[in-house]
Amino acid sequence: MSEAARVSGPDLGHGHPYPGVSLAALAEGSKPSASASLKLLPATARLVFRGREAAIGPAGEAFGVALPREACRFNTNGTRSVLWLGPDEWILLAPGEGPAPLFAAIETATAGLPHALVDVSSRSVAFDLSGPKAGFVLNQGNPLDLSLDAFPVGMCTRTVFAKSEIVLRRTAPDSFVVDVWRSFAPYVWQLLEEARRGA
Amino acid sequence: MTGAFRTASGGRIDRSKPVAFTFDGQHLSGFSGDTLASALIANGIHLTGRSFKYHRPRGILSAGTDEPNALVGVGRDEAHYAPNLRATQVELYEGLKAESQNRWPSLKFDAGAVNDLASPLLPSGFYYKTFMWPAKAWTKFYEPKIRAMAGLGRAPEAPDADRYSQHYAHCDVLVVGSGPAGLAAALAAAASGVKVMLVDEQPEMGGSLLASRDASIDGKPAQQWLADALAELSAADNVTLMTRTTAFGYFPHNMIALAERVTEHVAVPDPELPRERLWQVRAKEVVLATGALERPLVFPDNDRPGVMLADSGRTYANRYGAKPGKRAVIFTACDAGYRSALDLAAAGVEIAAIADLRRNPAGELPAKALAAGIEVRPSTAVTGTSGRLRVSGAALTKMGEYDFGATQQIACDVLLMSGGFTPSVHLFSQSRGKLAFDPVLNCYVPGTSVERERSAGASRGLFELGAALEDGYAKGADAAKAAKGAKAPARAFAAQAPRLGTDGHIGATPHNRNPAFAKAFVDWQNDVTAKDIKLATREGFRSIEHIKRYTTTGMATDQGKTSNMNALGIVSDALKTPVPQIGLTTFRPPFTPTTFGIFAGAARGELFDPARQTAIHGWAAEQGAIFEDVGNWKRALYFPRGNEGMHEAVARECRAVRSAVGIFDASTLGKIEIVGPDAAEFMNRMYTNAWAKLEPGRLRYGVMLREDGFVMDDGVVGRMAPDRFHVTTTTGGAPRVLAHMEDYLQTEWPDLDVWLTSTTEQWSVIAVQGPLARQVLRPLLEGIDLSKEAMPHMSVREGTILGIPTRVFSVSFTGELGFEVNVPSEHGRKVWEAIYASGQKFGITPYGTETMHVLRAEKGYIIVGQETDGTATPDDVNLGWAVGKAKKDFVGKRALARASMSAPDRKQLVGLFTVEPQTVLEEGAQVVADPKAPVPVPMLGHVTSSYHSSVLGRSIALAVIKGGRGRIGQKLFVPMPDRVIEVEVTEPVFYDPKGERFDV
Amino acid sequence: MLIINCPYCGERPEIEFRYGGEAHIARPADPSALSDAEWTDFLYNRTNPKGKHAERWRHIHGCGRYFNAVRDTVSDFFVTTYKTGEARPDIEESAR
Repeated sequence: MSEAARVSGPDLGHGHPYPGVSLAALAEGSKPSASASLKLLPATARLVFRGREAAIGPAGEAFGVALPREACRFNTNGTRSVLWLGPDEWILLAPGEGPAPLFAAIETATAGLPHALVDVSSRSVAFDLSGPKAGFVLNQGNPLDLSLDAFPVGMCTRTVFAKSEIVLRRTAPDSFVVDVWRSFAPYVWQLLEEARRGA
Repeated sequence: MTGAFRTASGGRIDRSKPVAFTFDGQHLSGFSGDTLASALIANGIHLTGRSFKYHRPRGILSAGTDEPNALVGVGRDEAHYAPNLRATQVELYEGLKAESQNRWPSLKFDAGAVNDLASPLLPSGFYYKTFMWPAKAWTKFYEPKIRAMAGLGRAPEAPDADRYSQHYAHCDVLVVGSGPAGLAAALAAAASGVKVMLVDEQPEMGGSLLASRDASIDGKPAQQWLADALAELSAADNVTLMTRTTAFGYFPHNMIALAERVTEHVAVPDPELPRERLWQVRAKEVVLATGALERPLVFPDNDRPGVMLADSGRTYANRYGAKPGKRAVIFTACDAGYRSALDLAAAGVEIAAIADLRRNPAGELPAKALAAGIEVRPSTAVTGTSGRLRVSGAALTKMGEYDFGATQQIACDVLLMSGGFTPSVHLFSQSRGKLAFDPVLNCYVPGTSVERERSAGASRGLFELGAALEDGYAKGADAAKAAKGAKAPARAFAAQAPRLGTDGHIGATPHNRNPAFAKAFVDWQNDVTAKDIKLATREGFRSIEHIKRYTTTGMATDQGKTSNMNALGIVSDALKTPVPQIGLTTFRPPFTPTTFGIFAGAARGELFDPARQTAIHGWAAEQGAIFEDVGNWKRALYFPRGNEGMHEAVARECRAVRSAVGIFDASTLGKIEIVGPDAAEFMNRMYTNAWAKLEPGRLRYGVMLREDGFVMDDGVVGRMAPDRFHVTTTTGGAPRVLAHMEDYLQTEWPDLDVWLTSTTEQWSVIAVQGPLARQVLRPLLEGIDLSKEAMPHMSVREGTILGIPTRVFSVSFTGELGFEVNVPSEHGRKVWEAIYASGQKFGITPYGTETMHVLRAEKGYIIVGQETDGTATPDDVNLGWAVGKAKKDFVGKRALARASMSAPDRKQLVGLFTVEPQTVLEEGAQVVADPKAPVPVPMLGHVTSSYHSSVLGRSIALAVIKGGRGRIGQKLFVPMPDRVIEVEVTEPVFYDPKGERFDV
Repeated sequence: MLIINCPYCGERPEIEFRYGGEAHIARPADPSALSDAEWTDFLYNRTNPKGKHAERWRHIHGCGRYFNAVRDTVSDFFVTTYKTGEARPDIEESAR
């Protein structure tokens, strides 16, 4: 804003206008590319499961996907997946489903066994980044070695992208899914778009 | 004009591709493959700049990164302008515009050159000595004048229009430098199958091989061997080759920073490509094949344009087909000078004479020079040069056993000098490796490593071609083995090149000139002479680090590449102390100057930081809300209507909440779901409050302390079920509180069966506040009875709204009846809009954080971080009631038991009324009992919050005052720069002190 | 940027971690039994050694776990990392 406008306009206090960025609009405007395409994934039921040893098996049975016991790996059955996020922490994903029936089923199966189940379906959004240059694009904000040896298909981890935390998983040699907390999503999306330029 | 000084043929330039460029507006032409420096030399131009301090005419000294003189500004416009580029590294492209620096009005006539005449007044440390008084003149007069006169390029005036990107990469073996040693190392590592990166700062790989004339490897001319080796490496899919890529920093655990120049050399860059890329490479093993830098000789008038490093002169002739002159004098202390003489002679440059400091030059190269009929003068020094803007002659003085012999003037237009080679140990030194002094080579070489690296070839003093190749191959194989246990096949190299020997010189060379007037430069870039360094030692400086700072030698962008060893030699001589005992200054990153852009990368403007938006942000923005930054969040500060400023808007919003109903986006509140059989026990330990008896369906305001007893955070907590709590935290405190809880849970009480999950972003939180709040919400809710009997103040109920699951809190941060509707954030905006629509007939008013602040201050509610500063106990801020005194333990309890934590003179939260009711105090203002007391006036405390309260029609303030509760009713003073404001201490609850409005 | 070996996730860059101060300082079981001096000692006094230092790190942008590490404060190299609750390894040899 020019000095003159500031003098004649209203007193904004310590504020400023901020139109903001719509993730949906960003996603609509994203151009596919042969080297790496970025896509917003549809809504997903997300449940965080944490608990003691006794509850782990029944939780997986109730969900229909065993909770992986190997660090930084995910299991998939049909459309559902379970990601290892920590030694007693998993995130259960069911794209296109509502969380309530899943929540109830797992609570029933684990009743009386020490655990915690929390619905975080709305907490984050997910992007698919696919193409031969997907790793190159991700490595513009993520410091991990994303070669297939070091980060194979089936690996997942919480990590960072620039100044945001993300959950990253590799679903195919050339495909990654980035799960990012909702309010950080436009930031991460725009940086990924910037990284896709010239990739 | 394509260059009067071009050789007839040869070099790596493409003579079929002429390239037009301008230098200081002069239209010139070179060839594709030229650097700006080589093109200027081919056009007979050496004068390229004025020196930093004395404004002496300066020419091109070198052919690489070590160039201290030929610094130019390049750019097609202000938004693409880069100052201080070394002309030796600027690749020529069609239409390149370059300008010289530090001269006015022109390079050939520079008014600042009077400094040179005044040089006796400008000795080392002159600014410490001269501009002493008056002290104020430093900032007002001396410093601006000095900065205007001494300096290099100018900063561009427009914002940088280029893009920069940043990349992480990993490899098994990183090889820095693609000269003979680096190439051989890469070949070995590649053959062993590991992942290799080979990087080189130049546009072409090959290092010294690119300037080779008559060397051969494996029976092939060196340049043919180079092409074959590069083809072999390019074909290997485990090798990445990166040119125009400078390894500029060596950071812990083998993190090497590379600057890749992507479009700098292109006339019309692809807009999709960044100008530069920053690579942060994590290498399992590193091979440093960074080569060596030629040492200049320090003799009087050695800075005249046309005086060059001998190997650089040879590089211009062999690699670029650019003759540095027509008639050359060589001044050398080693055999390399002879190689340059022979190569220049082959390029058609007349060699007037070789002056050799040595008494008996007897190597292979001197023999060849003699055989070629070149005049060689042993025991001879150059003791001066003539010429103004270009060297026109050299004074050669015979050195006798005890004195100087005759001096002869020899005409020349170029003077090449060589004092031998200094290994380029910058990166090794940055890696914290310890250097060792090599007494034979008179230089430092890598000694003990700290990181997983090894140096190869010339960078550790192996200057002969065959030795460099063999060493490089062995080091590459060693690195591959260390990285992955991989084995490289045996390979030998049959190299044929004249031997360079081990001779050289450091320090100043002998001369018979008046020492008071002779200027023998050690550091061209900083205008430091041998005399300056000797002066520093006479003035008592002993440490090389002090001498460096006093004289400025080896500082700035140059980092002593050409000057370090000669400065050491002079100090060693002056102090009669061996070089290794003097030490060496620290090499700092970056190896060469690096752009700011590359460090910023994409983090500019809107993408500098995440701008976190709630699900309701778009709605607020459409309503014209003004936002404020709270941490990384964008929060609506107020919603102006028409031409309202902040104060009018906030007054209106406050009245609406107090008299009807307001709607507020509280989604940024931190939220943590605490679940498990031991959840209540965990809450008991983390918060001051007692939780065991809180029934499911009820809320409680919780206070969290650090272990030192001071308030850390607060928030409303809902018990959803016996084993499930919905905890809220302050907006800024969310990550800190979760980390604090995880710390205790994981490391102190791992036996507790309870788990924490952040739900901050799961929920949108829509606060509906005001006497009409119930009417607004009632029609929308299913399964929740909002009546005051069914849902009293401080309750939580689960149900649905618009069919969406919700947790509704009956809670108020305004003092009015209020509810907070929590819905999954993907539905946040939809629910907000429905509530807003439902509230239309009640005059529902959206309000922002400023109104929220005013309303809560009217009620005396604290904001952690505003009323508290990390040294407030619960009692200090009137929260003593929230401390469960019967609890055996909680975090912070023991600290509260210390006597000082309940001292009567602690600062306590009180209210302040200005005696003049319309005066609004400044937050942060100090409060005193007697403004006329002698300085320092005892401070009683300060104002923490201050607003105009529209419901009270006057100003209100909260403050923390020593023994404040005992001062209620007293008059105190707030001294301001222009006046003293009288205030009365009051209770901190200004509005509805009995809390009757919650239950309307 | 350091490389830190998370006992759960393996080697990761420093940027994913947060430092947590000196390790093996257990919160007293009954803080009220401590004198002011003892409490001060627990709360504030740390060894701050030149050399091997047992310290806490949290893989905050990873598995979220706190763990312990022995790091040489002179060289900045880690000697080892181990899970919370495990005893400090007996380490004498110098770090690389």
